[in-house]
Amino acid sequence: MASVKNFNFMALRKIAAGLSVVILLISVASLAINGLKFGLDFTGGSLVEVGYEQSPDLNQIRGRLQDAGYEDAVVQTFGSPVDILIRLGQSHDPKLGDEVLSALQAEEDQNLTLRRNEYVGAQVGEELREQGGLGLLLALFMVMVYVAFRFQLKFSVGAVTALAHDVLIVLGIFSVFQLDFDLTVLAALLAVIGYSLNDTIVVSDRIRENFRKIRKATSVEVMNISLNQTLGRTIVTSLTTLLVLSALAIFGGELIHGFAIALLIGVLVGTYSSIYVAANVLLAMGVCKEDLMPPEKEDDEEDDRP
Amino acid sequence: MLNKYPLWKNALIVLILLIGGLYAAPNLYPDDFAVQVSGTRASYTVDQQMLDRVTKQLKAEGLVSKASEINGASGLLRFADGSTQLEAKEAISRILGDNYVVALNLAPTTPEWLTSVGAGPMKLGLDLRGGVHFLLEVDMAQAVAQRLDVYVGEIKAQLRAEKLRYRSVVHREDGSLELKFSKADVRDQASQLLKQDYTEFLLTDEDADGAYYVVVSLLESKVREIEDYAIKQNLTTLRNRVNELGVAEPLVQRQGRNRIVVQLPGIQDAAAAKRIIGKTANLEFRLEAKTDASSASTETYSFRDSPRKATLEKDIIITGSSVSNAQSAFDENGQPQVSISLDSKGGELMNRTTRNAVKRRMAVLFVEHKSRTLIKTVDGEQVSERVPYVEKNIISLATIQSILGSSFRITGLDGAGEASELALLLRAGALAAPIYFVEERTVGPSLGEQNIELGITSVQIGFALVLLFMLVYYRVFGLLANVALTLNLVLLLAVMSIMSATLTLPGIAGIVLTVGMAVDANVLIFSRIKEELANGLPPQSAINAGFERAFTTIFDANITTLLAAVILFAMGTGPVKGFAITLSVGIVTSMFTAIMVTRALVNLTYGGRTLNKLSI
Repeated sequence: MASVKNFNFMALRKIAAGLSVVILLISVASLAINGLKFGLDFTGGSLVEVGYEQSPDLNQIRGRLQDAGYEDAVVQTFGSPVDILIRLGQSHDPKLGDEVLSALQAEEDQNLTLRRNEYVGAQVGEELREQGGLGLLLALFMVMVYVAFRFQLKFSVGAVTALAHDVLIVLGIFSVFQLDFDLTVLAALLAVIGYSLNDTIVVSDRIRENFRKIRKATSVEVMNISLNQTLGRTIVTSLTTLLVLSALAIFGGELIHGFAIALLIGVLVGTYSSIYVAANVLLAMGVCKEDLMPPEKEDDEEDDRP
Repeated sequence: MLNKYPLWKNALIVLILLIGGLYAAPNLYPDDFAVQVSGTRASYTVDQQMLDRVTKQLKAEGLVSKASEINGASGLLRFADGSTQLEAKEAISRILGDNYVVALNLAPTTPEWLTSVGAGPMKLGLDLRGGVHFLLEVDMAQAVAQRLDVYVGEIKAQLRAEKLRYRSVVHREDGSLELKFSKADVRDQASQLLKQDYTEFLLTDEDADGAYYVVVSLLESKVREIEDYAIKQNLTTLRNRVNELGVAEPLVQRQGRNRIVVQLPGIQDAAAAKRIIGKTANLEFRLEAKTDASSASTETYSFRDSPRKATLEKDIIITGSSVSNAQSAFDENGQPQVSISLDSKGGELMNRTTRNAVKRRMAVLFVEHKSRTLIKTVDGEQVSERVPYVEKNIISLATIQSILGSSFRITGLDGAGEASELALLLRAGALAAPIYFVEERTVGPSLGEQNIELGITSVQIGFALVLLFMLVYYRVFGLLANVALTLNLVLLLAVMSIMSATLTLPGIAGIVLTVGMAVDANVLIFSRIKEELANGLPPQSAINAGFERAFTTIFDANITTLLAAVILFAMGTGPVKGFAITLSVGIVTSMFTAIMVTRALVNLTYGGRTLNKLSI
C-alpha cells in the first residue's frame, strides 16, 4: 500500500463531484419517472392456497410458477407440509386461483385442490411509509445537530449530504434496474445509512484532528493527508464488510439476495461518499483551521488583527 | 505502568462476559413442538390428571407425546416433530370439546437452571420462524343489524316528537326495518319526514291487511360504510388487544371484505392469545324489570355460574363500548371487582337512567359471541360447518345505592383472573361487530426453512472469512480482535434474549452491520498503533496511544449511528423497529468488546513487558 500512501485524492474532486451529480440526477429522474418496483410486502397482492396430497418440492413449484409467467411468487408451506401458500403481486382476480392451480396441476401426478384465493393487504402499511419517512428525516436532523455540536456545522452538512447521496443512489439503482424493493431491501437501506454515517464520521474525525494539529497547510492538503492516513482503515473495513456481504450474496439463497446486493452497492457508495462527498462539501463550504479552533483562540486571533 | 488494567477492571469484564454467556446459552436449545391446552373460562381448569388422560388417549391413536406439564392455568404437551404436533392438536380438540382452547405452540427446552435465573431464548420473527396465524371473520350482518337498532330508537323518538302514532317498529328477516301504522295519512307524513332526515335510507310504502307500512332499508353505499367502519373498529380493537399481550411485531391486517388476519410471531402462550383475541365479549348494563312489566319488553337470563335467573328490561342503558377505562382490583372484603370509567355520553346515559332507579336493581350482562363447529355428513362426505351463537349471562345483579355517574364498579366475578381479563377486554375496546375464528394455524416461515439455513450458513461463512482476514492481516492483534468479535456476538445474543426481543430478517441486517462496525473499531485502533509505531514510538507507548487516539473516533462514529438507530426505533414500526433494536444493542456491545475487551486481551498479552517488536 506504500505506493498509494500519498495519493492526491482531492485532485480528482471536481471530476468526482461531476460524477456524483450525474448519478444523483439519473437516480432522482428514474425515481420520479419509473418509481420503485415495490415488492409484495409493500403493495399487497393475491394469495392462493393449494392443497397437495404429498408434500411437494417448494423450489419446483417456484420454477413452475415462473414458467407460467408468475414472476416473484412467494411460496411457503402453511400449517402442514402439504398446504402450500402462494403470494402473488397481481391484483386480485377471481379466476387467478384456478389459473395458478391449472399451471401447477399440469406437471403433477397427484391431485391438487384450491383452498383459497383472496386479496391480501400490504404487510408494510401506509403507516410505515409515512412514519418511516418521518423517522428518517428526524434521524438525519438529530445526526446534524450532534455532528454540529461535536464537530462543526460544516461537518454536519457534509455528513448529511453524504448520507442523502448514498440513500438516493441505492434507491436510484433499484429504480433504474427495476429490482424488487421489499422488506429485506428496506432493512439493507437502513444498514447503508448506518455504515455510511460511521465511515463519514471516521474520516471527518481525522480531518478535524489534522486541522488542529498541522500548523501550515492548505485545506486541500489537510484533506489529502487525512484521507491517506485513514485509507488503510477504510480499505480494511470495506473489505471485511464486503467479505460478509459477498458470502451472503453468493451462498445466502434467493431471498436474501436483494438484501446483500443492496448492501454491497451501499457499502461501495458509502465508502466513496465519505471520501468525495463529505470532504468535497467541506471544501466547497470553505472549511478552515479557524472553524475548529477552541473559541478563546479565535478571540486571540481577532485581537491580533490590526 | 502502561497497558495494565487494574484487577477490578479485568474482573468486571470477565463478570460481564460470564453473565452474557449465561443469558446467551438458552439460544443453543431448540424449541419443542407443543400443543397447549387451557380452559375457555377460569372455571374450566387443566390439571396433570387430565393431561395424563389425554396422553393415554393419544397413545391409543398412535400419537406419542414426549412430555406433559402444567404452566399456571394451562397445560402443555410436547411432541417430537411438527406433523405429530398437528395431528395431535386435532385429536386433542376432539377429545376435550368446546370448553377448552387447544392451540399449537413452540415450547422452549431451556434447562431449569437457566430459566431459574430468568434466561430464555431469543424469539424469531414470523418471517424467520413462523408463528401463530389466526384468520377471523367479522359478522357483517350483525354489524348492520346493530346499526339499525340505533336507528330504531332514533326513529321512535322522532315519530313521538312529531306526534305521529305508530303501531310497531320491527326488524325484518332481510335486514330492513318495518314501521307499522294504522292510518294511511300518518304513514305518509312519517314517510315524508324520514325521507327528509335520512338520505341513507331506501323507503318503500306498503299496504297490506288494513295496515300501512314504511319499509326502511339501508342504501348499499351506507351498508358498505358500516362494514368498513366495523372492520376498522375491529382492527383497532384487535391491535389494542394484541398490544396488551405484549407480542413483538404482531401483524393485524384486513384480508378480503370481511376478514382479518392476526399473526403473532414467537408467541409463548398461544392459547391465551386466542382467548384474549377471540373474546368477543361485551357488557350490557340493564335494569331489572319491574314485576308488572309486560313480557314484550322484558327478557329472562340465567346467571353465569348458577341456575338462578332474573328478568331484565329489554332496553340497554349502555354497552361496553362506552367504557373508557377499566381496572381490576379487590374490594374491601377481598372480592375481585372491576372499576369502570365511562365516556361522557355513557356517563350521562347512566346518570339519567339511574336517577329514577335508585333502590332498583341493575344487571351486568356478559355477552359472548361464540361458534361451534358441527361435523355433518353430506353426500357421504364429512363437511364441517361453523354455527355462530350468542351467549348472554348475568354476572352481577346489584341494587343501585345512589345515582351512578361516569365511574363506578362491578363486583360478583369468579376470581381475580376473571376480573383482570374482563378489565383487559373492556380497556382494549369493544368490537363493533362480533368476530369468529375461521382458522388457526402455525405459519411456515416465509423465507422457507431451506432459505434460513442458507442464510445462517452464509453468515457463518462470511464471519469465518472476516476472522481469517483479521488473523492474516493483523496476526496476534487480529487473533485478539477475533476473540473480542466472537464475544461481541455472544453479548449481543444475550442482551437480545434478556430484552426478549424478536429477531427478524431486518434484525439480521443489524447484526451483520454490527459485526462490520465491531471490526471497524478494532481496525481503527490497530491502524493507529501502526501509525504510532511508524512515527517512532516504542511499542508500549504505541499501543497506549493507539487505543487512546482511536477512542474519540470510535465514540463519535458509534454515537452518531446509535442516535440514528434510537430515533428509528422511536419513530419506526415493525421491521424498522426490529432493525433499530439490533443495531442499537449491537453498537453498545461492540463498543464494549472492541474497546474494553480487546484492550484487556492486549494488556494481558503484551502489558508490563519490555517489547522490541509488535506482531501487528
